Amino acid sequence: MDFGNYLALIAPELLISISGLVLLLITAWVGDSAARPVSILAALVLGVACFMVGPALLEGAAGPDTSAFAGQFRADGFAAFAKMLIYVSGIACLMIAPPFFERLGAMRAEYPVLILFAVLGTGIMVSSGNLITLYIGLELSSLAAYVLASFLPGSGRSAEAGLKYFILGALASGILLYGMSLVYGFTGTTDFTLIRAAMALELSTGALFGLIFVLAGLAFKIAAVPFHMWTPDVYEGAPTPVTTFFASAPKVAAVALTVRVSLDAFGLQADAWRQIVIFAALASIVLGALGAIGQDNLKRLLAYSSINNVGFILIGLAAGTPQGASAVLVYLAIYVVMTIGSFVAILMLRDAEGSYVENIRDIAGLSRAKPVIALILAGMMLSLAGLPPMFGFWGKFVVFQAAVQADLILLAALGIAASVIGAFYYLKVVKVMFFDEPAGVVQGRSETGHWVLLIAMAIIVSPLGYLLTIPLGLLADRAAVSLFLLP
Amino acid sequence: MGGLPILSLMLFVPLVGAIVCLFLGAHAARVTALVTTIINLALGILLWASYDIGGAQWQFVESQPLFAGFSYALGIDGIALMLIVLSVFLMPVCILASWDGIRDRVGIYMSAFLFMELLIIGVFAAQDLFLFYIFFEAGLIPMYLIIGIWGGDNRIYASYKFFLYTLLGSVLMLIAMLWMVNDAGTSYIPILMQYDFAPGVQNWLWFAFFASFAVKMPMWPVHTWLPDAHVQAPTAGSVILAGVLLKLGGYGFIRFSLPMFPDASAQFAWLIFTLSMIAVIYTSLVALVQSDMKKLIAYSSVAHMAIVTVGLFAFNIQGLEGAMIVMLSHGLVSGALFLCVGVIYDRLHTREIARYGGLAINMPKYAIFFLLFTMASIGLPGTSGFVGEFLSLAGIYQVSSFVTIICTTGIILGAAYMLYLYRRVVFGLQRNEDAAAMPDLNGREWLMLAPIAAATLWMGIYPESFLAPMRQDIAVLDARLARVAPEYDSAIRIGTPRPSAANQVTDEHGAAGAGDAHGAAAVANGGIAGEGAH
Repeated sequence: MDFGNYLALIAPELLISISGLVLLLITAWVGDSAARPVSILAALVLGVACFMVGPALLEGAAGPDTSAFAGQFRADGFAAFAKMLIYVSGIACLMIAPPFFERLGAMRAEYPVLILFAVLGTGIMVSSGNLITLYIGLELSSLAAYVLASFLPGSGRSAEAGLKYFILGALASGILLYGMSLVYGFTGTTDFTLIRAAMALELSTGALFGLIFVLAGLAFKIAAVPFHMWTPDVYEGAPTPVTTFFASAPKVAAVALTVRVSLDAFGLQADAWRQIVIFAALASIVLGALGAIGQDNLKRLLAYSSINNVGFILIGLAAGTPQGASAVLVYLAIYVVMTIGSFVAILMLRDAEGSYVENIRDIAGLSRAKPVIALILAGMMLSLAGLPPMFGFWGKFVVFQAAVQADLILLAALGIAASVIGAFYYLKVVKVMFFDEPAGVVQGRSETGHWVLLIAMAIIVSPLGYLLTIPLGLLADRAAVSLFLLP
Repeated sequence: MGGLPILSLMLFVPLVGAIVCLFLGAHAARVTALVTTIINLALGILLWASYDIGGAQWQFVESQPLFAGFSYALGIDGIALMLIVLSVFLMPVCILASWDGIRDRVGIYMSAFLFMELLIIGVFAAQDLFLFYIFFEAGLIPMYLIIGIWGGDNRIYASYKFFLYTLLGSVLMLIAMLWMVNDAGTSYIPILMQYDFAPGVQNWLWFAFFASFAVKMPMWPVHTWLPDAHVQAPTAGSVILAGVLLKLGGYGFIRFSLPMFPDASAQFAWLIFTLSMIAVIYTSLVALVQSDMKKLIAYSSVAHMAIVTVGLFAFNIQGLEGAMIVMLSHGLVSGALFLCVGVIYDRLHTREIARYGGLAINMPKYAIFFLLFTMASIGLPGTSGFVGEFLSLAGIYQVSSFVTIICTTGIILGAAYMLYLYRRVVFGLQRNEDAAAMPDLNGREWLMLAPIAAATLWMGIYPESFLAPMRQDIAVLDARLARVAPEYDSAIRIGTPRPSAANQVTDEHGAAGAGDAHGAAAVANGGIAGEGAH
């Protein structure tokens, strides 16, 4: 394969990085008055990028033709599926941000640029075929994310979130790097395919340690228990549009990356990592659910909810089969929609002074003041809880189906039983909005852009979403199979 | 059957009504909901009328491959038909019952009820395992809202308890379903009903389903959510809860547990019998000491449902038919009793039995309706309650005399608590002036109670109308269960008769040939009788 083909494979990344640099120059010269145009341009760039990964997604590209730069970069169907989700959530986060920051007088033109670079990094993560590519993508997205977390000037909480994210993120990167060095030391390569081959016959103790450290570093990024502690603080402290971003794009990328590393690089030593994944899955489900019960901040609640949901996603990974990988992708797609929907709904709640409402007590009786938002937020909560007929049920369904097909019946049974604990706090939000007396805090009108996004997400999450199960399942199946057809 | 997809239409009509109601004012929402439920009632009657008794087992079959992993497959047999008819019959009554009582957020309330109707019909009509599960679970959400928003003082607790209890019961069923579909390769219920799972696995699957249906039913000791939910729910919520939602458990047993896991069902029949016997006696005694009318009727529901479960697990035709009729009858009668409570609750705003008394004097028409439903609940001949309980007990008597004796005792206790309730509320002195000043039934309340009373008497006097559509399906189920049906402990054992009567004087000179023929015939008879007993 020649260089031209390689460039064609990384075309979306090229587009995003070049436009990111150009937009950065524009912001440098024009200043913050260009914030809105730059946001729109950035969203357009991501929209074009969606179309560029579209063909690979639709045909489920797989095999050697999708591998660029000697296997360092993979533009297969799996990566395309994850990138599509990442780009769409990037667009959503660009849409919701300007009204938020303008209201606080903090809109700066760097926001869309940072989002672009974070998206670029997450895109590289999901396409990585080599530990080095993995690390570059991870750091690129993380560095942008650290800045985004502390994007609100003068806000102590935002600065704290950024600092906390940075320190713990650096620690996780360290753990990951240490694991990678061990893997390299004991297998002699950083290439996923070659690691797989080197681990085919036996797994030396050193390589096992490497595997564990790599998974621990990745568990930090996906916020799985026991590496979840940063999540509530960062989610609460970061500005809400940024929290929305954290809960969607980097989460998708980290989960997809974990799946790729586990099934590709460590694919032949599934027994070595399965118990780790099973533990992390069950612990995340239970701790995510229990931790959420005492929360009175909506963003913290959603942080625990994301920990909880990652647990379910990991059940699909534990299955270790193409069905499991497909289930993970389906779950991710639905999860992104639910998360964006929930955060947008929260963004639309403001009190009389125009500041944003985040406390659960303040949304008491919301069903009277804002019936539509209350209804949609309730739908999002029930969907996050995985209750039929909301579409969130489908994510849990495919994950548990994969687990049952892989004979992990006990895991499935424990996971679903623990999901009842989670149902409690989701119901609590519904209860506060519908059963309690109105607190009368939420007032004012919401932006049209928010409404559009909210209603679009609500339609997908509603039972109408089930009509998507066939195309979604087909795409996810193809994408998952591409992971197993090794280049 | 024609080209009209009645079942889809019956799902579609309430869906449209529910969405429209969300955007309407109070009065418009009431009217819309009533019209919607009446249209659905008409469709239900059409469904019953065009159901071909003795025809194909599954009728009105529809199937669309709309979803991945499961399909939109609808279809009903006689059992589902009767339960659908019961549901659509009770729905307009529920709307009428909430006509004046609900004043707050009427649009959402009516919408929740119509969604509930959609989901209930969906549960009974679903022919796909996962479609069933989605409808089955989704029913929790509107009921949660109905109890939580429009319930009594302790509504929050009751709504949580209702939701989490039933959710915990049914999540494991999903895992069992996933396993079954993985094993059998299809999620189509009629095929699964004929599929033989390995006996060892059946036990696990049976328990997973049992956990769900036992909570829904509810069986002792997992019934505790029911009194709370009933007491806190608004009147119409109680009616639909007792009238239809409790039937989901019984329907689950008859549709899933019995035909899909016959071996496990037979193996755990003793468990069902034990729990049911405890339920009948214990909850009847608990009902006897209640001071809250709704709670009393709620406990009586648990006792009646225990009669259903023993009937189902008798594995014979009488038992199964009886269980179905008890379910239908209980749907009408307990619904009507909750309406009766609602009628006086609307006037005095208390459910305390002691606050009432002597209502026969100022509310004679009300007293007559209440009496009829009380008698039907007791199981007086001529009412629907008698038919069902008699058949159920006749069915279980063939299996175990002991269980029958205990369950019959429950019926006597049932008479005790219902008559005691009736005496305290309707007869006796008029202790309170405000209770004595209550006006008799108004037109709307007549409209609610009279149709149910008519249906109760119809089912009591001519149950054939209700039994006929189910007969064939119950025979199919009985044939499926025949392999595992238990020994009859009270079966009549036919011995081998003597070749001749005891006092016959043998005539040695008589027709020897005739005597031989007689003897041979007797032996042959004995042989057949012996095989029959075997």
